[in-house]
Amino acid sequence: MSIVTVQLGQCGNQVGQELFEVISNDANDTQRKVYSECSSERFFNETANRELVARSVLIDMEPKVISQSIAKTGKSGKWRYGDRSHFSQKQGSGNNWANGYCVHGPRHEEVVMDIVRREVEHCDCLAGIVAMMSVAGGTGSGVGTYVTQCLRDTYPNSFILNHLTWPYGTGEVIVQNYNSVLTLSHLYQLSDAILVHENDTVHKICAQLMNIKHISFRDVNKVIAHQLGSVLQPALTGDSHGIYNRNPIGELMSSLVCHPEYKLLSVCNIPQVSSSSMAYSMFTWPGLLKHLRQMLIANSKMEEGIDWQVRAPSFQPEGTERTGSHRRPGFNTSLANLLILRGKDVNDAEISGFQHPSLYTPWLPADEAFSMWKTPVPFNKYEKSAILVSNSQTLLRPLDNMVGKAWNMFASRAYIHQYTKFGISEEDFLDSFTSLEQVISSYSQL
Amino acid sequence: MTQSVVVQVGQCGNQVGCRFWDLALREHSHVNKKGIYDEALSSFFRNVDSRLMSSLQAVLVDMEEGVVNEILQGPLRELFDTTQLITDVSGSGNNWAVGHWTYGSAYREQIVDQLRRAAEHCDCLQCFFLIHSMGGGTGSGLGTCVLKLLEEEFPEVCRIVTSVYPSAEDDVVTSPYNSVLAMRELTEHADCVLPVENQSLVDIVNKIKHMSHSGKPGSVIKKDSAIISGQGGVSGAEKPFDAMNNIIANLLLNITSSARFEGSLNMDLNEIAMNLVPFPRLHYLVPSLTPLYTLADVNIPTRRLDQMFTDAFSKDHQLIRADPKHSLYLACALMVRGNVQVSDLRRNIERLKPMLPFVSWNQEGWKTGLCSVPPVGHSHSLLALANNTCVKSTFMELRDRFTKLYRKKAHMHHYLHVDGMEQGCFTEAISSLSSLIEEYSQLDATKDRLMPDAARLNIAT
Repeated sequence: MSIVTVQLGQCGNQVGQELFEVISNDANDTQRKVYSECSSERFFNETANRELVARSVLIDMEPKVISQSIAKTGKSGKWRYGDRSHFSQKQGSGNNWANGYCVHGPRHEEVVMDIVRREVEHCDCLAGIVAMMSVAGGTGSGVGTYVTQCLRDTYPNSFILNHLTWPYGTGEVIVQNYNSVLTLSHLYQLSDAILVHENDTVHKICAQLMNIKHISFRDVNKVIAHQLGSVLQPALTGDSHGIYNRNPIGELMSSLVCHPEYKLLSVCNIPQVSSSSMAYSMFTWPGLLKHLRQMLIANSKMEEGIDWQVRAPSFQPEGTERTGSHRRPGFNTSLANLLILRGKDVNDAEISGFQHPSLYTPWLPADEAFSMWKTPVPFNKYEKSAILVSNSQTLLRPLDNMVGKAWNMFASRAYIHQYTKFGISEEDFLDSFTSLEQVISSYSQL
Repeated sequence: MTQSVVVQVGQCGNQVGCRFWDLALREHSHVNKKGIYDEALSSFFRNVDSRLMSSLQAVLVDMEEGVVNEILQGPLRELFDTTQLITDVSGSGNNWAVGHWTYGSAYREQIVDQLRRAAEHCDCLQCFFLIHSMGGGTGSGLGTCVLKLLEEEFPEVCRIVTSVYPSAEDDVVTSPYNSVLAMRELTEHADCVLPVENQSLVDIVNKIKHMSHSGKPGSVIKKDSAIISGQGGVSGAEKPFDAMNNIIANLLLNITSSARFEGSLNMDLNEIAMNLVPFPRLHYLVPSLTPLYTLADVNIPTRRLDQMFTDAFSKDHQLIRADPKHSLYLACALMVRGNVQVSDLRRNIERLKPMLPFVSWNQEGWKTGLCSVPPVGHSHSLLALANNTCVKSTFMELRDRFTKLYRKKAHMHHYLHVDGMEQGCFTEAISSLSSLIEEYSQLDATKDRLMPDAARLNIAT
């Protein structure tokens, strides 16, 4: 089964390119033929001349980023983008969600959906669509939301996973909070699941774990691609009966998104080290899993700086009323978790620490809340890696901050004239704020 | 690739415009060694035929012939088509009314025609750059008339105006009238205004000259690198005002750099208007440029990157005389060129933030752009555009100078004689300026007060 990715805007296209690089390197690297073939089939289309063409659609409202991507991949020789799989215009969306959603989206709907349709037709069997974009700008966010809407209308029975990159808290774009609020509120209705990476978090990983001195966007994008790749590459699941799972996105959804009010997913991946230290590092499954579990409950995104003081509440025997004791300060309650283990001796890993009911919200039985995938094939040169995809309160604070700042700005009506001139009214803003406050409230009460 | 059209009006506008074309050519020839017409060039030049004979996307307007004639005889003459030039003989006599009403109506059709032609040659027209001065008659009066025409004929195209404001010691007596009358048009019809003050330019020029003549060892400035230098360009010997005009030309080059060259975080012109203008009338942006020069001695380490960021917020590098650090920032944009990474940018923003007062609802009001191609002669550069309430003081000074003349009705008969001009124009203009100052003042008043966060919506659980 194949996945089609739709890369939207500068960020979506830059991250998407790194993602295909990671996947192609990982698949080529390994001696495991079955894994490589499954991965290739999933993400690439093999042409008559044995070339690998990414199953990807590139969309942007200005041409520079896409031309660069196509040129770069054309040179590498390992894989490339399809010749007619991209669409760009001359003039960007000006960081304006309304411009992207109300003007550019509808204007180019036909052409864009044509390209998507062609790409989907190249798949023997469609596993799902992954749309990649940022929320701060105008194209990724605005056009991205509109395209997601079109995808939902055209493929009502397919799985749609939106991968979002949230901007640095201290501003890349001044109106980023408006754009983010509008995007998230709309996507919540359209998307099956929303997987989020925050620039601030990834930046810290680059600085502290990977020891990169002058961090560029390329470094950030590589980390995001590594984490996303580690989720989407083939694995053996509970349902796949000994062969690589044929329905990765569907299984992701059914494991993690059991309720439409809770769609925000985050990823933790350990270990993450600089390539120079990799040769000297030895990891064991108990060590990795212990850290990962604490990272989950203490809401830490990295192996360093974990707060070991945060503990799960003590176990309540069956039948007793579970009070709000699981809502301890600092404790990150999960709705559901998916653990993916890749590498050597994977069957020896002891994962019961993740199945404990105290980690989870009381209204979902713990054995439904936890799932595991694994494969003995190591990922991207890491002998062992453990990935946790989590539907939990991790994103609650960043979401709350984003909505708070946007609301403050909205209260003074700053910049609103820039949106109303393209057709987004104050009522639309209020609707978006209301939906997101609802999401925040739901997650707070887990 | 989007295109921009430059409209230069009046003596100042045309002189600055010429410096801009000269430096633009220098920059592109530096980057584009093969001389082939490429995407980057297409933003300002159009390809006329197969040789690299590009034609500038420009319209030149002047009501006296001196400056435009010089252009036609200078080395840039090959690049202009005579139809792009609209001239008259006698000038506007430093009278805004003559420029705006008399010439405005006389040349309206011709101007609209030329603008349409220039626009038609563009695949995707993104922006009009209007360059003029505020103190005279043509640049100020006819220039603002052209601005109105641009809004009428091309309402969807962004209008960025570079206005040179007169200093207090300006030798044109009526410059306060001209400036205030023009201000009203700028407030109503421009998307963004980049005000530049002559005095600041003079100060920068003097600072550089002082530096290069100070005779200290290692203080030799690298050739071509001073922001005032036109060396390496097409034109020959330097003329007076060239140094100052080169600064403005560099400002325009830097603003458009992300639209012309690639980078890891592109910043288009329409993004500038979107992010820096929270309320429609408050669109006056304080520009500051660094570095002003690069030292030639390679043994002296190039000024640290962080120093460049600090400099951008120092008064020495601003193009108008105002004090943003003691007023309120509504928004700020940083356009970085050269080999600078996002981590350098973030580090410097974190460092500078505590010293700069931002309005309560926009505490992180930074818009950033990274372009990989540095300007000629430098390894990196920074352009900061700040929407700051400090422009209020410039406007208040202008209003004072206006009032001094207006109270005595000095020179007003020259204006009222002109067809189309009436007393009402003066009162409207001054009241528009006053209400603009008032809007800035109201925001200023929130500066030291701790503004509470707006109460959030409550969800029933």
